[in-house]
Amino acid sequence: MNKPSAVLSVERPLTVEKAKAEERIDTSPESVRLIFSFIACSAFWLVFGTLVGEYLGLKFVWPELDTISWLSFGRLRPVHTNVVFWGFLSQGMLALALYVVPRTSQRELFSYRLGWSSLGLMNLSVVLGVIALMAGINNGAQEYREFIWPIFALFALGLILVAYNLYKTIADRNVKEIYISNWYILAACLWTIILVLVAYLPGYQQDGISQTVIQGYYMHQGVGQWFTPMVLGLTYYFLPKLLNRPIYSYSLGVLAFWTQMVFYTMIGSHHFVFSPIPWWIQTVAIVFSVGMIVPVTAGTGNFLLTMRGKWRSIARSYSLPFILVGVIFYAIVSYQGTLEAFRSLNKVWHFTNFTIAHSHMSLYGFVAFLIWGGVYGLIPRMTGNEPPQFAVGAHFWLALIGVLVYSIPLMVGGTLQGLSWIAGESFIESVTLMQPYWVWRAVGGTMMFISHLIFAYNVWKMRPGNRIETAESTNS
Amino acid sequence: MKLNFHKNHKLLFGVVFWGFVFLSLIIAVFPALWVQQENEPLPASEPITELERKGMKVFINEGCVYCHTQQVRPIAMDENWGRPSAPGDYARINRPSVWRQTPAVLGSARTGPDLTSIGKRQPSAVWHYMHLYNPRSVVKESIMPSYPWLFKIVENPSKDATVVSMPGEYGPSNGKIIATEKAEALVAYLQSLKQVSMDAEASAAQKAKADSIAAQAAKKKIDGATIYANNCASCHQSDGQGVEGVFPPMAGDPVVTAEDPTDHIRIVLYGLQGVPIEGTEYQGIMQPFGEMMSDEEVAAVINHERTSWGNDAPTVTAEDVAKVRNNDELNKIQAEE
Repeated sequence: MNKPSAVLSVERPLTVEKAKAEERIDTSPESVRLIFSFIACSAFWLVFGTLVGEYLGLKFVWPELDTISWLSFGRLRPVHTNVVFWGFLSQGMLALALYVVPRTSQRELFSYRLGWSSLGLMNLSVVLGVIALMAGINNGAQEYREFIWPIFALFALGLILVAYNLYKTIADRNVKEIYISNWYILAACLWTIILVLVAYLPGYQQDGISQTVIQGYYMHQGVGQWFTPMVLGLTYYFLPKLLNRPIYSYSLGVLAFWTQMVFYTMIGSHHFVFSPIPWWIQTVAIVFSVGMIVPVTAGTGNFLLTMRGKWRSIARSYSLPFILVGVIFYAIVSYQGTLEAFRSLNKVWHFTNFTIAHSHMSLYGFVAFLIWGGVYGLIPRMTGNEPPQFAVGAHFWLALIGVLVYSIPLMVGGTLQGLSWIAGESFIESVTLMQPYWVWRAVGGTMMFISHLIFAYNVWKMRPGNRIETAESTNS
Repeated sequence: MKLNFHKNHKLLFGVVFWGFVFLSLIIAVFPALWVQQENEPLPASEPITELERKGMKVFINEGCVYCHTQQVRPIAMDENWGRPSAPGDYARINRPSVWRQTPAVLGSARTGPDLTSIGKRQPSAVWHYMHLYNPRSVVKESIMPSYPWLFKIVENPSKDATVVSMPGEYGPSNGKIIATEKAEALVAYLQSLKQVSMDAEASAAQKAKADSIAAQAAKKKIDGATIYANNCASCHQSDGQGVEGVFPPMAGDPVVTAEDPTDHIRIVLYGLQGVPIEGTEYQGIMQPFGEMMSDEEVAAVINHERTSWGNDAPTVTAEDVAKVRNNDELNKIQAEE
């Protein structure tokens, strides 16, 4: 850690001075082991899940790549989405949450045993889920709830244990106030538990399109009430910590929190605009989609104002650029989502590849980048082992340029698809016109995939062991 | 102090938890329950057969819904696919077992065409088998996966087996392709996908609305090439060459190039099967288009066929089509003679 480096040279904010409410407690070896294990699993699922994604992308260009049932598009697509959801992103952000919650509560995690159980249950669920999906066993092809309930119950149990563990940690905190990060992080866990129960319980979604009403609610919030609040909560910790400056406005964070909870919950059915589900549900969803401008503007504004004037520190750090990109993507995809909900624009973009671009910009540009920022900000300081600076830079630029090369052509192509349908051209036109854009998608996807291999290498380089006791821990 | 979100974790997370439960009930659970109670099949619809149900399961397990929608939106651009979908269209779909939830057939992407009325648009089982075995054998530009695992290659197929004959390059070098039970079920399911009429007696207001939609549709530009691409090209191919032994070519076909267009009009209106053309037998079944197309549309597509791919036959008018259509009985008698 004492090695001089070009990028992180003189001023390394985290080690210089502590931020408000962050009494440093020495990180126990147990917590290092648990957190690093979550990160390692997450990195594994990232590589696996995006290898599958890359392969799927190539199938648009070469549909005859293989004719094996287990590798067919319809079976692998849910493997890709579920692995990056429940394997990569969920475990990556939980790793960071398992650090942030005890740290801001100024105590150890309530139970490491429960932490290990959660990790085991979640990974077991993803492994079994992948096998089942490839064998052609799914839960009615309901997006993001494709794992049949006996398999997803394992994940849900892991999630309940995490929520209990974090709640107990917060309840016995050694500070009076509950730091805003913990609002977001524990709320994400609680909301997702309810979400999963509503998604899987029988009784009200048996016949006809009643399941579509639940699907709108679930598929939307599976993203937005799990990943969004969790990574925002993490950013409320890592951004001020790494910049060594308090968050611009605590109250804006609180405003964004409550509006997120009320507005976001109501808008799931905007995935089914013009569908046969009741028209009033669609209209409510569209109205509240506009309401989302409030929490999004409050959140991104807050983060950007915190960064104001600190651009040099961001440029010097190898973790902060990831956070900057994540915050910018958060704003872009959220406003984009509001636009997509309007009936006039939905007409053009719904059912097209524009949606694919949108989902990758949100889960990748926004969520994954914020997680990576946290991982690079935290792990070297826990284990004392830094990743090679060049490799972190390569990860950053390949991932960023990759996701842009991936999504911009899909947005252009998706718009042309919609216009082709509106013009009443024969359907196959909308397939052939996409060919060049699918090639670009494959190019961008390849860059993203290479960056993930580099990330996995960096995680390996940051692994605990040979821990050098440095001034870092005593300094703060 | 007690009522402070920042200091009282029970209060904070209690509100977060129960507030979300409340919101979930009003935006998801209760509306779903209400939709489920209102669930009623359309009077004209038929119950799903056991075989079709099996086919739906194959459709779901193979993830067909990730590229194919089954919902027609009430907007002009979706008119090609049928009338706007109604809740009743899906009313007979329910939870298949305790392990799996009700299938999500509405879909969320249209990488491939909407399948709401595929059974009407493409009723030919032969076409579906070929298309599933290798989509590019019938639609050259298709990017759909092939599903060879729904078929078996055997040396001597039994008498009651469904044999699928593929044109040269797409078939196996040895043996015959036969459809497995899964393929048969899937094709039965696809053939069953047809919109039925909303109800028997439309109210005056609905009728007026339907009339205005029909009037609007009539104003839409009628283009023979587009009609051909949407309705005919999947069998007769966009280059008019057909598929050897299954679907006859349009280019140079004796009926298409005949001076007298009556037979051509009749076949488009009423369909045809089992008639050898210039000594060649064709397996495919031509469906009737009389119900789906107006006289203007039939005339446009016939003229496209008569003047493309080197064909140069006299064109027809909507009046010619109307004459054949209105002479239904006469035509049949002539045909029998």
